[in-house]
Amino acid sequence: MSEQLQAPSPLIPIPRAPAPEIPVPAARRDVQITIDGKRVTVLEGATILDAAKTLGIETPTLCFLETLTPVNVCRVCVVQVEGSRPLVPACSRKVEEGMVVWTDSERVRLSRRVVLEFLASSVDVSTALQLQAYMKRYEARPEKFGPRAATVVQPPKIDNELYVRDYSKCILCYKCAEACGVDAQNTFAIGVAGRGFHAHIATEFEIPLTDSACVYCGNCIGVCPTGALMGKIEYDMRAAGTWDESRQTRTETICPYCGVGCELTVHSQAGQIVRVSSPLDHSVTQGNLCIKGRFGWQFTQSHK
Amino acid sequence: MIDPRRTSSAQWADTWLGVDVGSDISLANAMAREIIHSGLANEKFIQHGTSGFDAYRACVEKYTLERAERETGVPAETIRQTAHAYAKAKRAQICWTLGITEHHNAVDNVLALINLGLLTGHVGRYGGGLNPLRGQNNVQGGGDMGAIPDRLPGFQHVENAELRAKFESAYGAKLHPRQGWHLSAMFEAMERGELTTLYVLGENPIDSEADRHRAVKLMSGLEFLVVQDLFYTKTAELAHVILPGSAGWCETEGTVTSSERRVQRVRAAVPPPEGVRDDMEIIYELAKRFGRDWGKPDAETVWNELRSLSPMHAGMSYKRLEELGGIQWPCYDESHPGEMYLHSRLWREPLIGPRAPFSVVEFEPPVDALSEEYPIRLTTGRHLDSYNTGEQSRRFPSPLRREATLDLSPEDGKRYRVSEGEQVRVSSRRGSVLAPVRFDPGLRPGLAFLAVHFHDEIATNDLTIDAVDAKSGTSEFKATAIRIEKYVEH
Repeated sequence: MSEQLQAPSPLIPIPRAPAPEIPVPAARRDVQITIDGKRVTVLEGATILDAAKTLGIETPTLCFLETLTPVNVCRVCVVQVEGSRPLVPACSRKVEEGMVVWTDSERVRLSRRVVLEFLASSVDVSTALQLQAYMKRYEARPEKFGPRAATVVQPPKIDNELYVRDYSKCILCYKCAEACGVDAQNTFAIGVAGRGFHAHIATEFEIPLTDSACVYCGNCIGVCPTGALMGKIEYDMRAAGTWDESRQTRTETICPYCGVGCELTVHSQAGQIVRVSSPLDHSVTQGNLCIKGRFGWQFTQSHK
Repeated sequence: MIDPRRTSSAQWADTWLGVDVGSDISLANAMAREIIHSGLANEKFIQHGTSGFDAYRACVEKYTLERAERETGVPAETIRQTAHAYAKAKRAQICWTLGITEHHNAVDNVLALINLGLLTGHVGRYGGGLNPLRGQNNVQGGGDMGAIPDRLPGFQHVENAELRAKFESAYGAKLHPRQGWHLSAMFEAMERGELTTLYVLGENPIDSEADRHRAVKLMSGLEFLVVQDLFYTKTAELAHVILPGSAGWCETEGTVTSSERRVQRVRAAVPPPEGVRDDMEIIYELAKRFGRDWGKPDAETVWNELRSLSPMHAGMSYKRLEELGGIQWPCYDESHPGEMYLHSRLWREPLIGPRAPFSVVEFEPPVDALSEEYPIRLTTGRHLDSYNTGEQSRRFPSPLRREATLDLSPEDGKRYRVSEGEQVRVSSRRGSVLAPVRFDPGLRPGLAFLAVHFHDEIATNDLTIDAVDAKSGTSEFKATAIRIEKYVEH
């Protein structure tokens, strides 16, 4: 009987209780290292890249992204660590107590410059704005390899209405394959095939995307640093010469479809949506979307 | 993963339980019995935070593994293993969607799952819990704001005089002291002639209601129908007045609330098309015609009024929503962080508030029974790239989009001598449609599937039954009895 009386009545609000407890992650040790002559203390497990950032030192990165596992393939973030024979990638190398790091020595600058020159001599970097900025900073001259330098030039792959794969612009940073695989989507529609200069991003047996496992989440576009992967609308507008980022605004809002609540960045130009992306630092999905979130917005401009 | 179909999610699962459509309570109760008999029930929690356990134990005692195997089609050993894995897990969640709630006993299905959470103590703790996954970006927010028949904003019951008085004094108006109708009750009221005027905002019931013949008949009989929508939908075609609405997520300011109770800001990114007004502006204009001037429409002002009336939203200023990337309710004041999970009060010493009750729920098969005449179980659902009646999603060129088809198991294809792509007549006790066949190896013999997105090609809801759960008002979209016949053109 008494149990019955204690059952909650919908008429009476449940009383307020203290906020629920959330487990605190285990405390991490402090580690002290020296970068470019300055001492810095960071938490154990941080990378050299993290430590450099706290000192305000900007380290170039191409294959690194905070939401993906480091793969150490581009080598543009390399730094010199005293006691280490080769240069080490700052993006993945964890700090160790007493480490002495140089990020702007002649050897580091030379290495970064050559990496950028190799890439820019073989790849179309016309839409890779960040890479172009690094080239300027390190005075890269890809033209020194002459007009006969090998390139990856090839026709763009346009096999669906949502996005274009222009592998002439691919620097093989692996980010798209990682986002398609275990770091985000777990679809494994694309991977790295071939060896050496012939290494490239491919679907299984090079089948068209439309026959592959692709679910068109476009998370590969979200992480591509060069514009090799691009929404079809942006691609067509660029081809027509109407794409103009200086006239675009970006607005943060929430996806109109399911209940996950993905944050969207709406890129609009002349009152029309031209692209949708998602901020990497948002706690709900860390920049990842699905086909509806990234591409399903066209109904707002439908005149049918 | 528990699903009658072996979906692509099921292919990722460590274990897939291919439960028969509508047998969920049998499965949940058998898991409970197994957990109790194996000494895996969380007795400390049951004692401290729950009520009604004895009656519940007596009820589930009837659900042996063998009985559940018969009723669900899942092997007894698999049910046993699932029960043990769930009960022994350090943290466990049960997540569900419409497979649980689109049944004539929807609320009982949910209660059966809540019982499992209470039995094992997987509620009110970090990483555990019971999660209805919301299919729409603001279906949670709609309910939170009082767009449900019995609640005012913030889930405050309309029949509680003290709470109602608070709203009446803020609104300067009298509120109806009794709860209203949910959607299915509205259709019943139309049938009785009690509901003659309807104002539909952003909903397409002609395509989305079960038993479409009845929905069309009743809505065509309304004296006055107003539809506010982005598109000229099938429902809009019946309207006396159409108000072109704006796209909330990119043409207006405001908030939505996600599945995890996170209130987030939406912002205007582009202007609405010519001749279209902000939804809020339309409502303000209507108020003016009814003799009330609410002033200039402004989303933040409306939100702040809500905060002053709904304690669980009180601490959510626009500024904080922006800074924190959304806040999960309840958030009682501007220093409150919001709550990542609910019901931790059930673990407090001493207990705060009422105990959580176990509910006695019994297995009942779907209303639309299988028979010799209608031997196939049809279930309905959604595709990854499409959304509800398709008004939004059909307007982008998805490479994943398939033609509307009736999906059958390859075994049934053989049995009924139909081939892939062939048009067949699909009939239920309410209607019949023509559909091309597609074979899906994720279906077992006797189970068929239709998507709900393509009503212009296949009017799925000509077939479905409007057997309604009295407690939730939801129809049994998930379980229709059908037969298929070869179609011969005359």
